[in-house]
Amino acid sequence: MSEKYISRSKSVAARTLGGEMMIMSAKDSTLFSLSEVATLIWEAADGHTPLSEIVERRICAEFDVRSDVAYRDAEQLVEELATRGILSISSRPVPDAQGPAVEAP
Amino acid sequence: MSLMQELNDKALRLGVPLSAHLDLTYRCNERCEHCYLDHDDHGEMTTAEIKDLLRQFADAGVFFLTLSGGEPLIRRDCFEIIEDARSLGFNVKLKTNAMLIREKEALRLRALGVEQVQISVYSDRPEVHDAITKVPGSLERTVKAIRFLRSQGLRVTMANVLMRSNRGDTEGVHDLAGKLGAHYTLDPTITPMMDGNTSVLRLRVDASEISSYFHNPSLVGDVESFCAPPAAVDAQVLEGLPCSAGHTSCYVSPYGDVYPCVQFPLTCGNVRQQKFLEIWRDSPQLAEVRSIRLKDLTTCSSCTHAGSCTRCPGLAYMEGNMRGPSTADCEKSFVRTGITTAGMLARKGSPTLMPGLVQINPTPPLTV
Repeated sequence: MSEKYISRSKSVAARTLGGEMMIMSAKDSTLFSLSEVATLIWEAADGHTPLSEIVERRICAEFDVRSDVAYRDAEQLVEELATRGILSISSRPVPDAQGPAVEAP
Repeated sequence: MSLMQELNDKALRLGVPLSAHLDLTYRCNERCEHCYLDHDDHGEMTTAEIKDLLRQFADAGVFFLTLSGGEPLIRRDCFEIIEDARSLGFNVKLKTNAMLIREKEALRLRALGVEQVQISVYSDRPEVHDAITKVPGSLERTVKAIRFLRSQGLRVTMANVLMRSNRGDTEGVHDLAGKLGAHYTLDPTITPMMDGNTSVLRLRVDASEISSYFHNPSLVGDVESFCAPPAAVDAQVLEGLPCSAGHTSCYVSPYGDVYPCVQFPLTCGNVRQQKFLEIWRDSPQLAEVRSIRLKDLTTCSSCTHAGSCTRCPGLAYMEGNMRGPSTADCEKSFVRTGITTAGMLARKGSPTLMPGLVQINPTPPLTV
């Protein structure tokens, strides 16, 4: 399995409102609301933590799910988020990945 | 219900200021004839103060941030402020005349992920636009800037303020926007000056003229729907809020004064003297604004337009009563539908249209 690294897009705005992560794309002004799992992945998308580690530490530790199933679902999710321009996926760590802050107000 | 409506409803339930409008300066490199601002610097917030305010906004839950002025790009730290805002996750909209935007600035705005740039364009004819801005060559520079911004894929809205001097040019600006790939908005609202001077109101086009714009499908879309008679007003409508100002949105001036909206000069506090969230949560002025429902409006609650009028509580406040009607919006409702408003009937026999305008005055600095 080749490792995947995900980073938050620099062209989106993000804010947590009442525990729900809202994302708006600057490219087409589309507003998204992320699920709890998608939010955990989004928050951890720092460009240098492998997706497998994110799944293990953030998803499997939080939810009662087998790691292979969680990883498969996470892969599908990040592909979808990447298609919408919210995340980018790389096969190598992205050193200058920043994206918007994710601290919840 | 759209996700945006859900977001607004949630912010309202939670008491979160979802949108904030921050004017970075009132200084400007144009001198537009209708402008309501005093262009002198009376002690603008410093870069550090603005960055601190942005953190307070983020902590309070502000998501949509409009940066404007004056001309915001006249501040040397404007890009530093935008960069800081973007790093804090705000959706940033910039309102500018674009005179200071060249290719390099357009590239930077794109790289920073600014969601939208709104630019004032008064005419497609230089002799008209430049006469309004009082800056020769300003239309040419602004249009060049729009091309730079569009070439970077930035979303641009051309805001066309309607006045007597440019009333024949709306189609031209609309067509220009189409050619440049920009959105187009038309706004017939002229606001009294900050010091209460109403002389700029002479620039307003007559209500009868606005009618032709409201019945132009290229400007309003479906005319039949836009100009339809108002729907019946029921108890649910009367329990509604007059506007989002002070409920989910607010305005902060370059001097740190907090208002419900840029068009609602009711001072609610100053971020140099209090934390933003304290003002947002505890200001008696905001509490009063939030307590008002449509049923509480002295004249408008009995108006057939109550459920569909674009009544601006700030303009009503400037006329002397935040619970009263706004003359400009009464006129708009009337010319849109041909049906007289309760405000118009109440004003019959009144010697002046806009008596006792309230003034915006910066809060004096604290003396230690």
